[in-house]
Order: sequence, then C-alpha cells, then structure tokens
Amino acid sequence: MLDVRDLTKNFGGLVAVNRASFSVNAGEILAVIGPNGAGKTTIFNLITGMLTPDEGEIRFQGRPLAGLKPHQIARLGISRTFQNLELFRAMTVAENVMVGAYTKGKTGFVRAILRRPGTTAGDRKRYGEALELLRAVNMAEYADEPAESLPFGLQRLLEIARALAAGPQLVLLDEPAAGLNAGESQALVAFLRRLREQNLTFVLVEHDMATVMDVADRIVVLNFGSVIAEGTPAEIRSNPEVIRAYLGEDES
Amino acid sequence: MGPSGAEHNNFPGDEVELVLRNKNVILIVLIAALFAVFPLMVTSGYYLGILVIVGFYSIVAIGLGLLLGYAGQVSFGQAAFYGLGAYAAAILSGTYGWPPLLALAAAPLLPAAVAAVIGQPILKLKEHFLVLATLGFGILVYILMKEFVDLTGGPSGYTGIPYLSIGGLVLSTDKQFFYLVWFLAFLTLVGAWNLVNSRMGRALRAIHGSEPAAEAAGIDTARLKLKVFILSAFLAGLAGGLYAFYISFISPSPFGFHASIQFVLMAVVGGAATIWGPVVGAFVIVGLIEFLRWAVPVVLPKAGGEFEIIFFGLILVLALLFRPEGIMSHKRRKQRSEPDAGKEAAGTCST
Repeated sequence: MLDVRDLTKNFGGLVAVNRASFSVNAGEILAVIGPNGAGKTTIFNLITGMLTPDEGEIRFQGRPLAGLKPHQIARLGISRTFQNLELFRAMTVAENVMVGAYTKGKTGFVRAILRRPGTTAGDRKRYGEALELLRAVNMAEYADEPAESLPFGLQRLLEIARALAAGPQLVLLDEPAAGLNAGESQALVAFLRRLREQNLTFVLVEHDMATVMDVADRIVVLNFGSVIAEGTPAEIRSNPEVIRAYLGEDES
Repeated sequence: MGPSGAEHNNFPGDEVELVLRNKNVILIVLIAALFAVFPLMVTSGYYLGILVIVGFYSIVAIGLGLLLGYAGQVSFGQAAFYGLGAYAAAILSGTYGWPPLLALAAAPLLPAAVAAVIGQPILKLKEHFLVLATLGFGILVYILMKEFVDLTGGPSGYTGIPYLSIGGLVLSTDKQFFYLVWFLAFLTLVGAWNLVNSRMGRALRAIHGSEPAAEAAGIDTARLKLKVFILSAFLAGLAGGLYAFYISFISPSPFGFHASIQFVLMAVVGGAATIWGPVVGAFVIVGLIEFLRWAVPVVLPKAGGEFEIIFFGLILVLALLFRPEGIMSHKRRKQRSEPDAGKEAAGTCST
C-alpha cells in the first residue's frame, strides 16, 4: 500500500532520515520504533508532504507522492495525528471531527455565502456522522464542548477520531499512547484492532513498548535515521542489533 | 431530565437557529426598526451623513473581520481596495459613461482581481511580514492614485461622478444613501454569517486553530486564505464604489495609510472573530474620530490634524491589553452562560 524507498532527509548537517526503506501492507498495523531523534516523526512529515525528501521516493498505492502538497496527499486517503496535539482548540469536539471529514463535503465558498439549498442538510449529515464516530470512542457526551476543555487523554482520542473522519485508507499515528494511562492505552489498542478488522491500515510511531508489542503486526526499527531491523514483534524482541541500539542509547 | 444518549441527533445549527428565532430575532427586528425610522427622526444632516459613512466602513470592516478573525490573516491595505473600488466606479461612470449602477456593480471586481493577483505571493508571508507587504501595497496604490493624473485627476481629485440611479430613482440625498448602504451592509452581514456557519467557515476556523492539522484534513489552506482575501477586497471595493457615488468627488487622501489602520482598528476593537463586532467597531471608531475632531481643538488649540493617530495607537494598545477578542467577543458571552452549561453537563452525566 505504501512503499518508502531510500528516503533521505538532512537538516543542515544532521542526517534525520538516512536511506530508509520499508513497505506497509494493506490491512496491517505497522509500528515504527527507535530511540529519540531516530527520525520517526520526520518520516511521517515526509509521507504527508509537510517536508520534502532530499532523496528517495514514497509511493502510495503505486502513485508517487513527490511534489504533492499535504492537503492533496490527505485527499488520496492518508490521515495523520500529531505528536504535540494539533487540535482546533476553540472549536467544539464535534466540529473538530467535522473538519476531519472536510473532503467529504461539497459546499464551496460562494455556495456557502449564498446558503444554497443543501448546504445545511450537508452540515447536518456531517454532524450526525461525527456523533456516530464520537460514540464509537465513547466521547459523544462531549460533542458540543470546546476541544480545549477535554482532559489530555481524550484530546489524544479526539485527534484519532478526527483522522478517521475522512474515511482514510492509511492512518499515521504519531505516539498515540503518549500521556495515556495503562487502561487508556489498552482501550486504544482494542480500538485500533477493531478498526483493522474493517480493513484500515495503520502506521504508528510509539515509545511505549508494551503498546507496540501488543498492537503491532510488524515493527520497523530506526536508529540515526536508518532502518536497522524489520519483523514481527517476536523477531524484534530477540534481535541483537535492536537490543544494542536501545541499551546503547540508554532507552528502554 | 438531561439530554439522553438516544437524543444526540440534535445539530448545533438547530440551536443557533432556535436561539435566533427566540432571542435574537427580537433584537434584530428592533435594530432594523431603529435603522428604518432613524432618518425620519433625525433632521440633522450631520448625524445622517456620519451614519452613511459608518455603513461604508461596516462593509469594509466585516470583510476584514473575516480575514483577520477567521482566516487569521492581517491586511493593512484595505484602504487601497476601498480606493480602487471608488476610482473604478468613478472612472467607469464619469470618464467612460457607463450607467452608474453598472459601474457600481463592476467596481468591486477591480480590487477583487488585484487581490487575486497579489494574494498568491503575499499570503505566503507570515505575521509582521504580511503586515509590511500589505502596508507597502497600500502605499503603492495610494501613490498610483496620485500620479496617474490623466485617469484619476491626481492629488486634486476626480470630479464629474454622475448621480447613482436605480430604476429611474436618482439617489441624491443622505436619506436615500442611508437606506441603500445599510441594506447592503445587512446583506453583507447575512452572507458573512452564512459563510462562517458552514463547511467553509469551519475550515477557516480550523486554519486559525492549527494550519498543519487543517492541511492534514485535506483543506487547501493557501487557496482558502486567498478566497477570503479576495472577498475582503471585493467588499472594500463595493463600499468604495458606494462612497464615490455618495460623495460625488474623490481624491486619494481618504484611501491612505491612516484609513487602513482605521479599518484594522474597527475589526479589532469590535472583535474580528464575531460577525457583529466589526460593525460595532465601525460605530466606535467613527464616533471617536468625530469626538476627537471636536475635542482636540478645544483642549489643544495648536494640535495638527494628524493628532488623532496618537489616540488610535492608544486605543489599539488598550484594546489588545484589556479585550483582545474585541468588544463583541464570545468570551464575555461564554462567561455569562457558564452556569447554564455546567448544569447541562451535570444533567448529561446523571442520565
């Protein structure tokens, strides 16, 4: 579904991503792990078009993404969440999800100003869908509250709900379990598994090893921007190079 | 007692419409009635003339409010768009002999087209660079108005603007312009309200909230910002065209730098992220200009005409310090309704 080939990105003298290659198969949950500064978030930013690669190629369903802007890549069916929550804080929880479903709507600028027939009906439909999605994550009761009033764990969940609202094929989750307690993490894992059954594909960057081992079908390990290992959780757990990278960096 | 999970199909728009129907409709009808009878009550041409001007400024400020408060982009060049609309209306009807109504309809297209051309590069700039670029654009247009003497009449102004007539009715009095301007201002308000409470309005507020997240949701943020910029220029041009026909003589001076600052002040003081805010701001700022015009010579007989700019600076600082969201901001309203919201939430939890 997603093919990353020889991806390279430099920031000044620093090599953030170094000839990284990996693939994501349809319907799987792939975890990208690695010590701090290994280039995980940079890879997300390269896939979503927020950064331009120096070298290498990214293909989504066979189509190269080079030169596309972030909103164009989003329209192809790639959604994402952000590590440092990028919610629309002043908007309500339901509105956040409705913006997530922006690409489903049709009402254009001039039609909106003139309030042509159908614009309100479209909004109503979006609101209903947003409520349905919020119900799936047990957040329906907060629908009309401002997003900034939510506790942190629910803000993370709202980011995921917003990313799902457009009906994407591939969802990139940047540290979805960060700041969640054990119970919330487990609920998240269960939720992701349920979505995978519906043929959604996930790539997640995660620090919390317990969550990664629990949820991932496959794991890609990065160190200093390079892929040093790739395999199932069991394979990764026993891979000496991974153990060395982690112990050497004093990260566990 | 409280709303249960099964009844969660209510739509926020319904509430807004309901509120509008119950509470605000009375207010709107009252305000409309007040506007309708005002010219009949007021015999002083001075006050009526001021209110016509406030109407022009309101239209400009509503457009700038959308740009500033919803798209999160600032423009210190709105007076240039206002002036382009005025000169387009004047020259098309005066020099080229277009029917005045057609000239008025065409006038906003010039500033809108200019905004479409300059917007693409200019809106890539952020914050103070955007301020500087729009400021520079405003000064450039001002100089062009002064220098294209053959077309604009230069610094001494353009004369020979015909009367505006709508279907045989010649508009020549303050009273007639009062009704025309405020009718258009009302339409502008309705259009702005529609825009803000739509998919596009949500997209705009999303850009304001987080641009990367808005892009990640598939919103072409650059294009949407450009559209609002064009809309704000269109509205400024419409107001400018009306102004030209009202005043029947135009010169570059009301389209200069200080006018751009006034427009920003109107939007900010009234609350850019509200629909009514810029209109309230227009009233406040014009009222203040008139007050200062009277008060400054009384208190400081030797002060020059540009003295008011000092007060504007002061007002801007005070407004940003004490009410950064503007006079009409939601913040204040929210505080008032907070106990109710708490009760509702409690009700939701208990069911």
